Amino acid sequence: MVMKLHEYQAKEIFAEAGIPVPESHLASSVDEVMEAVDEIGYPAAIKAQVHVGGRGKAGGIKIATDEAEARQAAEDILGMDLKGYTVGKVLVEAGVDFENELYVGITMDRNEGKPVAMVSTEGGVNIEEVAEETPEAIAREHIDPAFGLHPYQARKIVFEAGIPRDVAFDVASFLSTLYDLYEANDASDIEINPVMITSDRDVVAADAVMNIDDDALFRHDDLAAMEEDSYEDELEAKAGEYGFDYVRLSGNVGIIGNGAGLVMTTLDLVDYYGGTPANFLDIGGGAKAERVANALDMVFSDENVDSVVFNIFGGITRGDEVAKGINEALESFDEIPKPVVVRLAGTNAEEGMEILNTDLVQVEGTLEDAVQRAVENAQEVSQ
Amino acid sequence: MSIFVDDDTRVVVQGITGGEGKFHTRQMVEYGTNVVAGTSPGKGGQDVDGIPVYDTVSEAVEKEDANASVVFVPPAFAADAIFEALDTDLDLVVAITEGVPTQDMAKVNKRLSETDTRLIGPNCPGIITPGEAKLGILPGNIFEEGNVGLVSRSGTLTYQVVSNLTERGIGQTTAIGIGGDPIIGTSFVDALEAFENDPDTHAVVMCGEIGGEDEEQAAKFIAENMDTPVAGFIAGRTAPPGKRMGHAGAIVSGSGTGTAESKISALNDAGVPVGDTPNEVADHIEDFL
Repeated sequence: MVMKLHEYQAKEIFAEAGIPVPESHLASSVDEVMEAVDEIGYPAAIKAQVHVGGRGKAGGIKIATDEAEARQAAEDILGMDLKGYTVGKVLVEAGVDFENELYVGITMDRNEGKPVAMVSTEGGVNIEEVAEETPEAIAREHIDPAFGLHPYQARKIVFEAGIPRDVAFDVASFLSTLYDLYEANDASDIEINPVMITSDRDVVAADAVMNIDDDALFRHDDLAAMEEDSYEDELEAKAGEYGFDYVRLSGNVGIIGNGAGLVMTTLDLVDYYGGTPANFLDIGGGAKAERVANALDMVFSDENVDSVVFNIFGGITRGDEVAKGINEALESFDEIPKPVVVRLAGTNAEEGMEILNTDLVQVEGTLEDAVQRAVENAQEVSQ
Repeated sequence: MSIFVDDDTRVVVQGITGGEGKFHTRQMVEYGTNVVAGTSPGKGGQDVDGIPVYDTVSEAVEKEDANASVVFVPPAFAADAIFEALDTDLDLVVAITEGVPTQDMAKVNKRLSETDTRLIGPNCPGIITPGEAKLGILPGNIFEEGNVGLVSRSGTLTYQVVSNLTERGIGQTTAIGIGGDPIIGTSFVDALEAFENDPDTHAVVMCGEIGGEDEEQAAKFIAENMDTPVAGFIAGRTAPPGKRMGHAGAIVSGSGTGTAESKISALNDAGVPVGDTPNEVADHIEDFL
């Protein structure tokens, strides 16, 4: 998984490393926006600071050329709902008088097992279409992680991309700095789209995307401190607190299991037998009773859930611990909120079956039977 | 026969004195694995259940003639542990650790390409040749000796499919969990190639999942290079784009690459039947045998 930085956070990091960015101020109220534009002048861009792609197209970025427009933009954007996220902060940024928009990015190419740098003269909002339709318009260069990006590689990719000669070396040095940041911060992706070439032929980072590999956060306390929780809904936030891998979906069959592949398979089977999955919830390996109880609490908290299937194939997870957790969670209710189907296999499954309070749950012996029963339960409840 | 591990595999456990390392060393020994040494820097000279502990892997290799290692070292130190193992020319390194930073793995991957050592994992359940040796955390009791090879990106899904096979009396030559991370040592293609060259493997199960292009590459390899029949399973048909399903590698990107449909159709085109359920995969294997 990745930890996403906001544009303003990434730009702070870029600026510190010497990458030119437009003058900007962070604001969280209309008054603060007005103070900022007073200082910066016009035109100014008001940009929502939320973790969604395509902010501009969704109305999260507006250009103001005078005070009235700035106030209107601030009122429109602050507090707006942008693809499920509420905008609490905007970046107020000096408008850039640009002649060209470039794309510059670094990401991990998993097929090659090494980072790849990408540069294109066709930057701007349609870079995804460019990547899809004319991939040759994006120059690419793989990077040996043992050496880093050699200066010649940065030059090579810039010339290959056809960057105007008068700014080619500036863009190459940009790219070298970006790779240093990519490596030093354990980034999973860094992207500047667009890099603007101004009318004065300066090169400026007009946007900034930087995502951090969260498996590496243990060695980046400074970055970890920048994390701003912005879950799409409160259940995903709750899952974050419990430390579950959880994804909320739109169906009504709640799913709990151990191991990503098996949980995904359980979702697929719910769909295969005519139901709709409500979530992905992986309790992980070696879960103890409390964690199991928390998982049930999670799924019962989703009001869309009409039925639950609990599928455990124990390797390092033990069936007796799972059974204890299920009993604990369900015995605390006067009435079980939704029918629960349990299937236990693998390590200590027999011990688990002995412990499991079968007055509270329905038990099935195979994955297929358990899923089918849960789908039937959901259909009965929702009728 | 089998692939990668057998009775002759001499195992050193890296991180043998930690909780996980100690527990699974016992399980491996109980299964019959020849664990000859462990390492734990600073604890050389101690022992775990009579297994000698060394400060370094090179000492363990020198003194106990180990030819394979299993890594149970925490994520912050896992890449270093793999580098250490790679420097001793072991035949095989199995990295169980979950949560190794991706850029660490990119560096490991580079070093790996310069050695003859095979790496399995990280973030994997390991490898088992039933009746001979188990390197990792797979529950030994669900496996049975036989003629079906199995390679999978997921741990518990492997157990599910293996139990579907074993229940029908279909045993396994070797089962490998290659791991759910974006950068891993042994790929589907590597494992399939080894199974193809193993005369005792009469059919192969391949369990893939959404994300990346490994399954598509495997399909191409099967079509061009394999006579041994393969049956497949792909997890994540219902996964929405942009959401990571547990494994760091299991994500359908916004532009639609790494989807289950793409993988299933690539496998079908290569003549590989893909089961809708794990049990259907076992049906296909039964038909092959």
